[in-house]
Amino acid sequence: MNYAASANRDVPAKLPGWRATALFAALLAGLLGLIGRSAYLQVMHDDFLQEKGNARYSRVIEVSAHRGMITDRNGEPLAVSTPVESVWASPAEVVADGRQVKELAQILGIDIGDLKEKLADTSRDFVYLKRQLPPDLAAKVVAMGIPGISLQREYRRFYPSGEQTSQTLGFTGQDDNGQEGLELSLQDHLAGKAGSQRVIKDRRGRIVEDAGSLRAPRPGNDIALSLDSNVQHIAYRELESAVREHKAKAGAVVVLDAKTGEVLALANYPAYNPNNRSKVNMQAMRNRAVVDLFEPGSTMKPFTVATAIENGKVRPDTRINTENGVITVGNRKIHDSHAEKEPLTVAQVIQKSSNVGSAKMALMLPSETLWQSLSDSGFGASTGSGFPGEAFGRLREPGGWRPIEQATMSYGHGLSVNLLQLARAYTIFAGDGEIKPVSMLRLEAPATGKKVFSEKTARALREMMEAVVMPGGTAPLAQVAGYRVAGKTGTAHKLEGGRYVNRYVASFVGFAPVSDPRLVVAVMIDEPSNGQYYGGLVAAPVFSKVTEGSLHALNVPNDAPLDNVLAPPAEIIKEEV
Amino acid sequence: MSPSANGLNVLLLMAVVMCALSVVSSQHKARKMYIDLQKEKELAQQMEIEWGQLQLELSTLATPGRVEKIAEQQLRMQLPTSGQVQFIRVVPDGQRDHQS
Repeated sequence: MNYAASANRDVPAKLPGWRATALFAALLAGLLGLIGRSAYLQVMHDDFLQEKGNARYSRVIEVSAHRGMITDRNGEPLAVSTPVESVWASPAEVVADGRQVKELAQILGIDIGDLKEKLADTSRDFVYLKRQLPPDLAAKVVAMGIPGISLQREYRRFYPSGEQTSQTLGFTGQDDNGQEGLELSLQDHLAGKAGSQRVIKDRRGRIVEDAGSLRAPRPGNDIALSLDSNVQHIAYRELESAVREHKAKAGAVVVLDAKTGEVLALANYPAYNPNNRSKVNMQAMRNRAVVDLFEPGSTMKPFTVATAIENGKVRPDTRINTENGVITVGNRKIHDSHAEKEPLTVAQVIQKSSNVGSAKMALMLPSETLWQSLSDSGFGASTGSGFPGEAFGRLREPGGWRPIEQATMSYGHGLSVNLLQLARAYTIFAGDGEIKPVSMLRLEAPATGKKVFSEKTARALREMMEAVVMPGGTAPLAQVAGYRVAGKTGTAHKLEGGRYVNRYVASFVGFAPVSDPRLVVAVMIDEPSNGQYYGGLVAAPVFSKVTEGSLHALNVPNDAPLDNVLAPPAEIIKEEV
Repeated sequence: MSPSANGLNVLLLMAVVMCALSVVSSQHKARKMYIDLQKEKELAQQMEIEWGQLQLELSTLATPGRVEKIAEQQLRMQLPTSGQVQFIRVVPDGQRDHQS
């Protein structure tokens, strides 16, 4: 055998050269592969991997910011957000036996079938089981300790004043965003902006390190409204009792600060409880004082008379023949319910609310002049309240007014207004001829007004309107003991489908104290149907009570002796409607 | 290598180990303290929430409507009518008030 021969070889057989080259190439390829891979991971895929790595321990958490509070002018809270817990589940992670599910359904007060269905849907990572749970129930859910079920903090809005301010404030939806009323129009100021923060959590889910704030939370601003809780309460209370007493469909009261134009009270009835809106109908949600229009009727007469005086057509003591209570304009007749044989002075036209007298004065004026002064008085335009859905009313352009239209407009027919507009327009008479913009927010300084009538005219109208509440006027029931008050009644047929029907809107707008007016109070009662419907009988008593209560609440000193209330005559002068 | 350089290396190594350990322990302390801080923050938030709820409760209890009801029904009080209210004018400089 040649074993020996091979064993004796001391030099191993030379390997083929290509093997070394191949091996080297393979190793090199491997090395390049690794370098390439690492370059790929480090450079191209870096972000993704970094993120995955961080996700093991770092979390981004939401830092919630609460919605600002709404307060009245004295800082009393009207709308406050407070956290409540919502229960949510991650169905895939839930481990619960039948007994636990049943117990959970009981605590949450939901149907067990629904709950099982929600928990069975493992394709979802997040499902609300119940939102906005009271804290004690939420604690029970936590105590059950079912994995995969957690709480989430949310904010819910509460309204301590309940129905009194319901339509004015509006309400927020489930995510605490404004949906109606001032909550909606002030959304940008009130809403908080949630922030987020990166944190490092340990195995047990505790936050162990703050890894930097991504976005600082910005809580919403608190807002002070111009409303006064006490005045609001008085207005709502009197309105409610009047609407019930007269079996009316609805009603509204506006109280303005005559000096600044701030809204001290804005009450509507019917109302709803904003804290529990499960059974709210749309009617109760309407802020009638702002979004509903009506034909004002005789409450417009002071503007006609003021325009006539301002333009030198009449003086307060000018006598106007009311033609026994009927005149014909075009082919239509204008009536007074209280026919006077003697000619009335201009002041008496207001006092007794004569349509004929008012129409005659309107017809002395060019239509542009009348339109201009009504338009300057804020009719047909925004009040500046900023309330969502505010109706601007209708005041037709002066071109093409027929005489009968001009005549009817002079006593408030053929144009429409909202109650807030009407109240605002009366700040002209209360404030020496200047109209103030309306504000729902508390003002630091009074807003600047715009001159509409001269001081002399405004004072003359004030005197005339004071006579309205005296015996012989249309509204002796508006008198207030200890204060001089003035105002004007309105009673108007309602328009339905373009025709006047025998349903009425009774109104009264006035101010007090006359010597230095502080308040403008406007009352509107929609469809009183308990026999009486005259503004002087239905709305004037509400005015009297609201004014008396508000003046007391605001500590306004008397400007008349306390025995100033004069008994009205047996039959109150009624106005034509 | 000289013996002194060797000693220095050992010394530095020990220093490094010490530093490393102290980093670990201070990291741990920091985390513990952070947890405490977090707890305190949560407590503060809880208190703030409670304050809000108390404020809400207070204003609910003190609504003019409720106060009026209790005053009238339980305490048998009544609003003074205008005849029963008298305003007293405060006149500066001790002048006589001619109006009332």
